[in-house]
Amino acid sequence: MDEKQKQQLWTKMKEAVIKGDNQAAVELAKEAIQLKLDLTETIEKGFVPGIRRVGQLWEEGEYFLPELISSAECMKQAMAVLQPELTKNKDSLETKARIVIGTVEGDIHDIGKNLVSSMLQANGFEIIDLGADVKLEKFIATAQEKKADFICLSALLTTTMTGQQRLIEMLKEQRLREKFKVVVGGAPVTAQWAESIGADGYGENALAAVRIIEQLTRQRREK
Amino acid sequence: MKPTQRPKLEILSPELAHQIIDEAFLLLERQGVFVENEEALELLRSGGAQVQSNGRQVCFPRRLVEESLHQAPAEIILYDQSGSRAYLVGQDEVHFNPGSAAVTILDWPRQEQRKPLTQDVVRFVCLADKLPALHFQSTGLIASDVPEEIADSYRLYLALIFSSKPVVTGTFREASFQVMKEMLEVVRGGTSSLREKPLAIFDACPSPPLKWSRLTAQSLIDSARLGIPSEIISMGMTGATSPVTLAGTLVQHVAENLSGLVIAQLAQPGAPVIFGGSPSSFDMRQGTTPMGAIETMMIDSAYAQIGKQLNLPTHAYMGLSDAKTIDAQAGLESGIGAVLAALSGINVVSGPGMLDFESCQSLEKLLIDHEICQMAYRLIEGISQRDEPLALDLFAGIRPDYQFLTMEHTRRWYREEHLFLQLVDRSTYGDWLQAGKKTLAARAHEEVEKLLREAEPCLQDEIKLKELQRIMLHEAKKFGLTSLPAFPERLD
Repeated sequence: MDEKQKQQLWTKMKEAVIKGDNQAAVELAKEAIQLKLDLTETIEKGFVPGIRRVGQLWEEGEYFLPELISSAECMKQAMAVLQPELTKNKDSLETKARIVIGTVEGDIHDIGKNLVSSMLQANGFEIIDLGADVKLEKFIATAQEKKADFICLSALLTTTMTGQQRLIEMLKEQRLREKFKVVVGGAPVTAQWAESIGADGYGENALAAVRIIEQLTRQRREK
Repeated sequence: MKPTQRPKLEILSPELAHQIIDEAFLLLERQGVFVENEEALELLRSGGAQVQSNGRQVCFPRRLVEESLHQAPAEIILYDQSGSRAYLVGQDEVHFNPGSAAVTILDWPRQEQRKPLTQDVVRFVCLADKLPALHFQSTGLIASDVPEEIADSYRLYLALIFSSKPVVTGTFREASFQVMKEMLEVVRGGTSSLREKPLAIFDACPSPPLKWSRLTAQSLIDSARLGIPSEIISMGMTGATSPVTLAGTLVQHVAENLSGLVIAQLAQPGAPVIFGGSPSSFDMRQGTTPMGAIETMMIDSAYAQIGKQLNLPTHAYMGLSDAKTIDAQAGLESGIGAVLAALSGINVVSGPGMLDFESCQSLEKLLIDHEICQMAYRLIEGISQRDEPLALDLFAGIRPDYQFLTMEHTRRWYREEHLFLQLVDRSTYGDWLQAGKKTLAARAHEEVEKLLREAEPCLQDEIKLKELQRIMLHEAKKFGLTSLPAFPERLD
């Protein structure tokens, strides 16, 4: 396959993600495997530019949540096809960071958390999603077991928001605070709250969450 | 004399309303709902519902739903604490009450939202008690100076001491039901008196789409057995937790409400249940749930129409706003909502005072909304025929300098035909300047302080008061409090 054909394939991949066309994205991913293309390059130059463009369209006010979440889902499905091949070839795609995410105990709301989780995954983070109503102990145990870099906590109720605070206190008590970056979010959560409980970051929406986590990941590497 | 026509809104065509109901029945029959409560599952199983092999998903045969609809009362009568004033919840009667369970209060002097303290809750309850167009009290604010575990029972405790009106409330924890029930029984004087003369409505919220959690299903069952009216609060968010089309969301809404109705009727045939909700249009940009969106209000009006068609009392969260402070948005959204609710004949309308997506209460806004409520009530009184003929006699003997101001007829009718509001500004520009160019919110703040200067506990019965305090303290001690926060000495 010559360079021009590759370019065409990448353009199709980008467009599939922008349109949120799962079927096309999955087929294109399979095609890349059949053609024995360099899959890391395929992801970097085909799919990733698609999700970046989606982010831009959101920022410009062109895209709304249904488009945003469909594109993230599309990205996930393409990655699900490519990931086993990458593993088989021992060709690991560099994950930016490993993240344990969930909605804190007592809170069954998970739409916001799912949005953040999808966007992070679409942007190349490894996600361990514990779901909703998750015991604080479980966040910590999973993060330790999986050697995670981040713990992300969602809370949609002011009554459960305090769980975010408690988790940070628990990390301190167990002398684990320095091991994980803690990022919080959810409807009642504010930057002030995040600061007052000593969280490392706060995302007011899914894209802001991606931005802050990317920034924190860079800082971590630079150290 | 011709009968007065009550202005009325019926937003759905009979054909569309019929289809929504029919699809809701089919949805219950085919997909059913998820029930995470063993007792409810057992009731449903023995009632003839099919529990699927996953043990959680329950399909409702049409016959079962129809039977429950047949058993449920079309009207509920609530009584105030004295037991003498009755409120009919049914037909096209409209009862406004403050929007409930706010987690912040808009502190007007500081111009910011903050956590409410006991003192704020007491002030709020006292103010709502004084406003005649708010027929019911609600547990509108959640005090932050007591442990979370008693947040639900503590707000009812304060409402029962500082107001005599019926209360719209609900549990946050399963265990709180018992405590809240005991307090209601103390005030009413026993279980059977409470059943005879209900004093409170308990909200029970299914989780959209189509799920009853353990807590809410339990509240439904426990309330049904005690004759405490349950208000079913379905709350789909269009395009997020329910279909994006308004009609599609209505199908889910009706199915969720009916499933709750069945659970309540199986627990106690004839149990009082209110067809209610807090659905919302989902903002596809912000991911928020605007209660002031016109589509939210259209869904409310439509499900209420269906609730009436099913012969059930109705409820909605209307007359509230998503604004963060008392501005034009706060007024316009609350005004449109209250008027549409009244025109739709919704029986229990929760909303006045609320801001910021059901999360913030404001005493000043409550007072402003109280004027809106009065206007809404006036609207649905309609235009009556007072005289026969209507006006011809009044023009007899007309001259060039003729006027109506000094006419006996004017004195006879002006107070009945026209509403006199306290806060809205109808002065001349000059007078307004001279009075200090005050905005509506600023005038409301002054009026709040004035009204609260004279407020005091409503519950005068020392024995009942002591008993309530004993129950509350006993509960509070379980969660580490040694004493309850003191009541404020002064309210202003």
